[in-house]
Amino acid sequence: MSSPVKGGPEVVLRLAGISKRFGPLLANDGISLTLRAGEVLALLGENGAGKTTLMNILFGHYVADEGSIEAFGRPLPPGSPRAALKAGIGMVHQHFTLADNLSVLDNIAVGTESLWRLRSDRGATRRRLLDLSQRFGLEVRPDALVGDLSVGERQRVEILKALYRDARILILDEPTAVLTPQESAGLFETLRRLTADGLAVVFISHKMNEVFAASDTVAVLRAGKLVATHATASTDRAKLAELMVGRSVKPPAPTPLSPGEPVLELAGVTVASDHGRPLLDGVDLTVRRHQVVGIAGVSGNGQTALAELVSGLIRPDSGRLSLKGSVVEHGDPADMVRRGVARIPEDRHSAGLVGAMAVWENLIAERYHDATFSRFGVLRRGAARAYAREVIKEFDVRCPGPDTRTQLLSGGNMQKLILGRTLAHGPDLILASQPTRGLDIGAVSYVHSRLLDARAAGAGVLLISEDLDEILALADCVTVAYHGRLTPLLPHDRVSVSQLGLLMAGHWDILRDILPETVDAA
Amino acid sequence: MDFLSIILDILLSAAFWTAVLRIATPYVLGTLGELLCERAGVLNLGIEGIMTLGAMAGWMAVYQGADLWTGVLVAASCGALLGLLHAALTVPLGLSQHVTGIGVTLLGTSLSYFVYRLVLPQASTPPTIEPFQPLALPGALAQTPLTYLAFLLVAVVAYVLYRTPVGLAVRMVGENPAAAEAQGLNVTAIRIGAVMAGSALMALAGAFLTLSAFNAFFFNMVNGRGWICIALVVFASWRPGKAMLGALLFAVFDALQLRLQQASGGVLPYQLFLMMPYLLSILALVLVARRASYPRALMIPYRKGER
Repeated sequence: MSSPVKGGPEVVLRLAGISKRFGPLLANDGISLTLRAGEVLALLGENGAGKTTLMNILFGHYVADEGSIEAFGRPLPPGSPRAALKAGIGMVHQHFTLADNLSVLDNIAVGTESLWRLRSDRGATRRRLLDLSQRFGLEVRPDALVGDLSVGERQRVEILKALYRDARILILDEPTAVLTPQESAGLFETLRRLTADGLAVVFISHKMNEVFAASDTVAVLRAGKLVATHATASTDRAKLAELMVGRSVKPPAPTPLSPGEPVLELAGVTVASDHGRPLLDGVDLTVRRHQVVGIAGVSGNGQTALAELVSGLIRPDSGRLSLKGSVVEHGDPADMVRRGVARIPEDRHSAGLVGAMAVWENLIAERYHDATFSRFGVLRRGAARAYAREVIKEFDVRCPGPDTRTQLLSGGNMQKLILGRTLAHGPDLILASQPTRGLDIGAVSYVHSRLLDARAAGAGVLLISEDLDEILALADCVTVAYHGRLTPLLPHDRVSVSQLGLLMAGHWDILRDILPETVDAA
Repeated sequence: MDFLSIILDILLSAAFWTAVLRIATPYVLGTLGELLCERAGVLNLGIEGIMTLGAMAGWMAVYQGADLWTGVLVAASCGALLGLLHAALTVPLGLSQHVTGIGVTLLGTSLSYFVYRLVLPQASTPPTIEPFQPLALPGALAQTPLTYLAFLLVAVVAYVLYRTPVGLAVRMVGENPAAAEAQGLNVTAIRIGAVMAGSALMALAGAFLTLSAFNAFFFNMVNGRGWICIALVVFASWRPGKAMLGALLFAVFDALQLRLQQASGGVLPYQLFLMMPYLLSILALVLVARRASYPRALMIPYRKGER
């Protein structure tokens, strides 16, 4: 790997003065970048910094308002993925652009042949695919339906799709967001093979450790502007974090507290699914007061069912769910709220808030039937607005006022709104599903400190997250979800990221090394 | 005679199967057309109106002196044009496919009646043309050329969808248009093309009614056949072969009820028999299509560069 010095390998890509506006938002502001053959460039920045927008302009999904792009010395026509593909640029999108109902081969072949050929040459496509797959060590099953593949396999299909088009510049948008640590390591190994072959790679990330694991050069974006470009080897984490956020950020540190009595107990809980494997399979779990229990795992291993169970959206098919020592027989969401469960849902847009409704309406959504907010079936709007003003102030929700339409808030402020709705009443149990997904570093540390405050005040926190750093920073105990089952609780200081990664991939035999003595999970 | 032997007698007669193939023809063509549109991600509720327009335009061309095959071409072109209208509103403009489709049906139907009355203001009994004649083949094979064309088109559409690059492109834009675009395909053009081709097939279904099954154009002659095709597409899980089977099954029910009506000799109200094919279709839908895996992007407009 080479660092970008003058007279180094050939420049393959040159972005000059790229600007892009979305309404009032200046998403990219005069960004210029160069990329050389064999180089891995990390594009680092917070959510909303403009990384994905920049790459979407490069690949032709968007047209830049200003600026020009040159690939291999030739200007790239704007706004055409077809032209980008022809120029040797391939993109692996964060949300994979694959059709689940089609085979791997179909997904790769589509668009590669002239549309008016009377017959697809599937034999040739298959040979070429298998050849590429072997050359770069990217194993795939050509005839499998994409819908049946794991996330890691889908990503390999995406990379092969680009290579099949003879991509010499590969863009990866947040490629590790959905991978286990081991799968990420495999991806970085693949990137090394690609660059050894002379490809240039741009990968978008907001995770510092990946930048150091995989890149030669790092470019930092903040609020649409390119704030710095460094050789990765000549910089460090603290410096990059400061560049990303624009100020120094201290992560909140949990103070040690001894756990109190249990607030949530699951005993042998099973939730069946429509087909095949149960969503939850004999789960035992206890969350105590003054305790954060983190659930790690690749998404789709039962976390959603667990969250829905504790929210009261579904009921166990067998087993028992107790809150504060009393068994919940027929829990529904309203009942769970009454019993002191605060819920921070996984998807704040679809399950957390009603975007078209006002901030005050969302704030009383869980307790509009209380005497405070309604009388004889009529809402007491004055009281509700006054209450909303208090919460807005207390939780620092940046908005013009209680009548603001909720969808106009930023992601971080929406999350503060949800925190305000659920935490204002001193809950006993907090269910936090992916509480910081898509938030910037400032909002993340706010959410974390609020959760830790609630823990100090006596709440138990069930934290479901795909972000292992978040889990290890907040949780007192960790458990890993795999195929609907949970490992025993592991104290956070006895387990490493790589061990969690192995557990997430189903290698539960290593539990013997982490817990030589059997820890009682109940 | 007991009930079972009546049914057996009917099922063993060649005339019954001749009728089945004839009745099935417009359903085969209409279902294929709807299937093409939906495979590309566009629901086309304009089918009823497009079939009516095809029926009128094909007949009118022949009535004005064109030969039968020219009439077929005129019908298909008119269908493609009305399909273009539906596609223009739903694909680049991204309007609601339901509402637009119903509008297209109302437009196609009214326009057909309007043009028919404009040309033939006085006709008290509908004027007739010389329609396609059945080929001189034995038994149930004695069908008109359009029936043969319909069943041939089943194979053609299946081949195009599953064996050619353009078919793969159509399936891809119906499953995941963003993926298709990332592969350099023009989603808008492919969707418009598929809707136009599908609409042309729907118009052929209509033209079969006026150029083969009957020899005149009546008001209300399509009579809900288009809606049945919409259901048949779901029944067929969006596959051409199954679509043909579904159309045949429906035709069997329909032909059967006609003959049972005669056999019952007025003991039962005839409306009960008329209901039979529809009830059985609903039953078949419930049994077969509950777990149908529909094209993922069906009814979802695709707007490039949206965030």
